[in-house]
Amino acid sequence: MPLSYYLILSAIMFLIGILGVLLRRNPLIMFMSLELMFNAANLAFVAFAAYHQALSGQLFVFFVMTVAAAEVAVGLALMVAIFRTRHTIDVDELSMLQG
Amino acid sequence: MGNGDISPLTAVLPELGLLALAAIILVLDLFWDRKARANLGWVTAGGLLLVAVLSVFMAQPPETPTLIWGGMLRLDGASFVFRMIFLAGAAITALMVSENQRLSAQGEFYALMLVSTLGMSLMASAADLVMLYLAIETTSIPLYILSGFLLRDQKSVEAGLKYLLYGAMTSAVMLYGFSLLYGFTGTTQIYDIAAGFSGQNGLPAVYPAAVIGAMLLVLVGFGFKVSAAPFHFWAPDVYEGAPTAVAGFLSTASKAAGFVVLMRVLSAAFSDQALVWSGVVAALSIGSMVVGNFLALAQKNIKRLLAYSSIAQAGYMLIGVAAAGAGGESLPYTATTYYLLAYLATNLAAFGVVAAVSRLTGSEQIADYRGLNQRAPGLSLALAVAVLSLGGIPPFAGFFGKVVVFASGIQAGLTWLVIIGILNAVVGLYYYLTVLRVVYQRAEEVEGETPLAIPAAWKTAAVLSAAGIVAIGVLFLPWYNLSMQAASSLLTFR
Repeated sequence: MPLSYYLILSAIMFLIGILGVLLRRNPLIMFMSLELMFNAANLAFVAFAAYHQALSGQLFVFFVMTVAAAEVAVGLALMVAIFRTRHTIDVDELSMLQG
Repeated sequence: MGNGDISPLTAVLPELGLLALAAIILVLDLFWDRKARANLGWVTAGGLLLVAVLSVFMAQPPETPTLIWGGMLRLDGASFVFRMIFLAGAAITALMVSENQRLSAQGEFYALMLVSTLGMSLMASAADLVMLYLAIETTSIPLYILSGFLLRDQKSVEAGLKYLLYGAMTSAVMLYGFSLLYGFTGTTQIYDIAAGFSGQNGLPAVYPAAVIGAMLLVLVGFGFKVSAAPFHFWAPDVYEGAPTAVAGFLSTASKAAGFVVLMRVLSAAFSDQALVWSGVVAALSIGSMVVGNFLALAQKNIKRLLAYSSIAQAGYMLIGVAAAGAGGESLPYTATTYYLLAYLATNLAAFGVVAAVSRLTGSEQIADYRGLNQRAPGLSLALAVAVLSLGGIPPFAGFFGKVVVFASGIQAGLTWLVIIGILNAVVGLYYYLTVLRVVYQRAEEVEGETPLAIPAAWKTAAVLSAAGIVAIGVLFLPWYNLSMQAASSLLTFR
């Protein structure tokens, strides 16, 4: 398959992801959308690596996956802490900080 | 400058020192009892001082910028100067934390802060997109945890989650930009990217519009790190909710790390698009100055006021970056670096005083600062020095910072931008002086104990940063030369 197919798919994934983060109000869904954005970048990296016949793009993907996992772990921990005191994690309800 | 050849291990001495210090803190945290653990802040600050001294004597960068560790890191003046800035910021933050009862006995707090500082050090020297991405995330993830560190405090946890959501989103956008850069050029080496765009490495040349698109995606991530408008929405909420010392750390060291990456990547990878990014950065600068200054006018909470003020200050520093793109030789980056040095001392002093006052009086409202002068003359003086420096009053550091930044803008022909900057500085002066007026207003009756008892660690932190403000301002030349050393190594074009 030509490179452009992969890139179009990755661009669509990225757009779905960014719309999900901006429009959805549940942090869990927002995290899933973030994963879509990270994986859109990963797909582009892998496709370009195959195109350039250069490994550094594939190498990048492994680091991105690790980092994304760490980020989500921290996010879930913060969500648990919020849910314990407030029994909701809806971002619109997170309004203690406003000025 | 140091010797010509430097071994790869001594070159990363600051990073190794930070890692070792974090490990030592975690071990001490296990074996010390609660009373002894209260001293961990002093251990951290002392350790950071030791790392800084060792680095100055052993890890000076070579005369010519050198790539080490397979092209991952670049040893040059900028990486060295900025690493020292981060060490200083972390040391003063550690002192500020050490008197906070809810944080001081927690070894993991200091360990996370040191890991974040390690990430910043790598950000300052990263010369490869892989390294840069990992460094940015090593900086950010511990900062998300530190912002939400007070798990029982709803505001703190909310700040942590908001910071994480904004941070992860902008870093995903930036990562997508990195993937495009890699795709266009076939390399992740930042200093080879510019050649790749013009087709010098055997690949077809790239459409200019595509390059600019990738650049804008990357700028989203950097804009978040320096909290420039329109990527600033997280800053007021996070600064208000996070522990005050963390907010101080975020607004100084983290912002400085964002700026060194911004300057390095823009001038290395996008040297042929200099005029374009100069315009984009100028727009970010105007947005930050206007949003920061005008929203700060309406704030009642001192931490929110400082948050909007720090957005505005980022706007002034961006004038220097815009001037570099418009053709201002080495003066613009020198100006931005000098401004960052001045701002580091100034904002740490301001947040230090706010941390002390909120712990002693339990309030962060500006109205409750009335008569602070009668209760804590020392703290009030430190706050006055910091606020005057933020407002740009001589002889404090902030004044000279503004002078060199504006001068660099004029030299590069961006006089219109400088005029907007000066008008904004006048608006800024209004709310800074309002704070000062409240502090020095005579209160009819002073509530609570008078005078307030100030612990030694806070005194040290306040004196150090206030002395820094005066020293960076009055002894202008050594600091200016230091900034010039950093700036000249960032310029790879023209």
